[in-house]
Amino acid sequence: MTLITPTGESQENGESLVELKGVTRIYGQGEAEVRALAGIDLRICQGEFVAIMGPSGSGKSTCMNLIGCLDTPTSGNYRFRGLDVGTLSRDQRALLRRHYLGFVFQGYNLLPRTTALENLELPLIYRGVRPRERHEAAKAALQVVGMSDRESHTPSELSGGQQQRLAIARAIVTNPNLVLADEPTGNLDSARSVEIMELLTRLNRDRGITIVMVTHEPDMAAYARRVVHFRDGVIASDEAKA
Amino acid sequence: MNLLTTFLLAIREVRRHLMRSVLTTLGIVIGVGAVITMITLGRGATEKVTSQISGLGRNLLILMPERASRSGGPPASTAPFKIEDVQAIVEEIADVAVVAPLATRPLLAVYGNENRTTTVTGIDNNFFEVRDWRLSMGRTFSETELRAGKLVCVIGATTRKELFRYQDPIGATLRLGKLACEVIGVLEAKGATFGNDQDEIVLVPLRAFQRRIAGNRDINLVFVGAKSGESTAKVQRDITSLMHERRHISRGEPDDFAVRDMTEVTNTVGAATGILTAFLSAIAAVSLVVGGIGIMNIMLVSVTERTREIGIRMSIGAMEREVLRQFLVEAVTLSLLGGLIGVAGGLGCSALVCFALDLPFILDLSTVFLAFFFSGSVGVVFGYFPARKAARLDPIEALRYE
Ligand SMILES: Nc1ncnc2c1ncn2[C@@H]1O[C@H](COP(=O)(O)OP(=O)(O)O)[C@@H](O)[C@H]1O
Ligand SMILES: [Mg+2]
Repeated sequence: MTLITPTGESQENGESLVELKGVTRIYGQGEAEVRALAGIDLRICQGEFVAIMGPSGSGKSTCMNLIGCLDTPTSGNYRFRGLDVGTLSRDQRALLRRHYLGFVFQGYNLLPRTTALENLELPLIYRGVRPRERHEAAKAALQVVGMSDRESHTPSELSGGQQQRLAIARAIVTNPNLVLADEPTGNLDSARSVEIMELLTRLNRDRGITIVMVTHEPDMAAYARRVVHFRDGVIASDEAKA
Repeated sequence: MNLLTTFLLAIREVRRHLMRSVLTTLGIVIGVGAVITMITLGRGATEKVTSQISGLGRNLLILMPERASRSGGPPASTAPFKIEDVQAIVEEIADVAVVAPLATRPLLAVYGNENRTTTVTGIDNNFFEVRDWRLSMGRTFSETELRAGKLVCVIGATTRKELFRYQDPIGATLRLGKLACEVIGVLEAKGATFGNDQDEIVLVPLRAFQRRIAGNRDINLVFVGAKSGESTAKVQRDITSLMHERRHISRGEPDDFAVRDMTEVTNTVGAATGILTAFLSAIAAVSLVVGGIGIMNIMLVSVTERTREIGIRMSIGAMEREVLRQFLVEAVTLSLLGGLIGVAGGLGCSALVCFALDLPFILDLSTVFLAFFFSGSVGVVFGYFPARKAARLDPIEALRYE
């Protein structure tokens, strides 16, 4: 309960999951140099639900990729669960993602021509879960997102909202610490968006999964308990709701 | 992720793109099929030829009056042997089990309205032993028939069929030229050797042949059977030097006779067909390499096409080596699939050809395993490059790939 308090105060008591310090990310060199992140400090604790907002090109996705250990900072320091990600190898970061992270993308990114159940089993396969348990876990996750009746459908046989729910199920099937969602409702109408947001809220509340979500829409950001605004590669504001 | 799971997922992937997978493996299928067919047919041909040669008799040497031509053409015939030469071989050469001289001449054989030109051959009973020929009916020559020179004959299966049809030939009298001759036996069918029907033959006692048909005492050919287990090469050397002596050939002069060792001929022919088989198989193996390039091509396309999938797998936590292994296993699965179809097709094809050409069908498991192993290796070699390309993709870019 103490986690839901304004920035900088009781959060320091909480367990720090993500900790960015003076992180920059620079693409290209010389003339073509782009400072996507120009030095940000961000701390996210276990159990938070954070929305990241900001104009296009302000560095939101770059930041998500860094937090998701898909990329490493050009300078500065990023600690995930206290581990300095910048010093880890490609494979070590892959293992971090495998065990602690889940991703939800704007474009769903499900495997085509692959059934819903098979899509859900994929992260479990990499975790080395046995077939039977894998099957059970996949079915359970499908139930969580309310799609038990669609287990043998392929993505092309599902609506956008259903695909995104399936993608969320895939992100949580491994019981991760942190789910990163980059504009999860970007391709959906408002009714579907609300469904997705309610699903994320529920996962955050009932299962304690930390959620960091990028969104353009204030309505969606309203579901989060903390909103971070980006502008030109820096954090312009960071507000927690009472 | 363990290897079995990877393999099962690869099979799933192959089934998902069944048509493309089958087309991809076509090169391997043809390559393996061709190699298997070549080797199996080669084995069959070798087996048939060597069994035909050994059908001439085991441990057999043939002494012939001929001189090797200097221009490389067929050998010229020389003065025939005498019965004394044959006696000398029997008496003076060690390790000789049996000696069978013969004289021969083509003649018209007539029975009723039927007539056939056959090879009339004068022999003694040793001939049956040395050539390992058996009778299907009747008997061989008696001592008196051999000595007195009475004209009786044992006929080959073809001659019997052509002259007698379904009548019983034993006791019948046929005409050889102007001479009457009673049939006392029929040979078992031997089949053709090198297009020459061995069953088109009339055997008569050597004495009678010389006196009444040939009108001379010539011996055209001597079969010598070496004792089993003894070196035919030594017997061959001994006969050669004996003949040098008897036919007055001095050192440096060309031989006017030849001693053929049939074991040697068997080996030579076997080696020749072996070389031919190896050569054809090597050509067939080239198509295996071409098949491998086909697999590499499709795997590269597949990696590009599945860039986003690779990105997804990486975001989920696939390590570089796992992505590498996945694509490698897929390539190997494809090539093994091709190998499997190729082996089946090759065996089926060679069984058909063997049947059509009347060759023995010899299934060689080691060839099958080797072909299978090679197709797997082709998958590894040609799948590695695309797999490495997949494994080295940047996850962020791969996820953004359209
Ligand atoms: N791979 C890249 N190479 C070069 N520039 C990039 C790359 N990715 C992002 N950028 C640039 O970095 C800036 C921030 O991008 P991004 O983080 O995607 O913004 P947002 O998600 O907030 O819209 C933009 O100017 C973008 O053009
Ligand atoms: Mg973005």
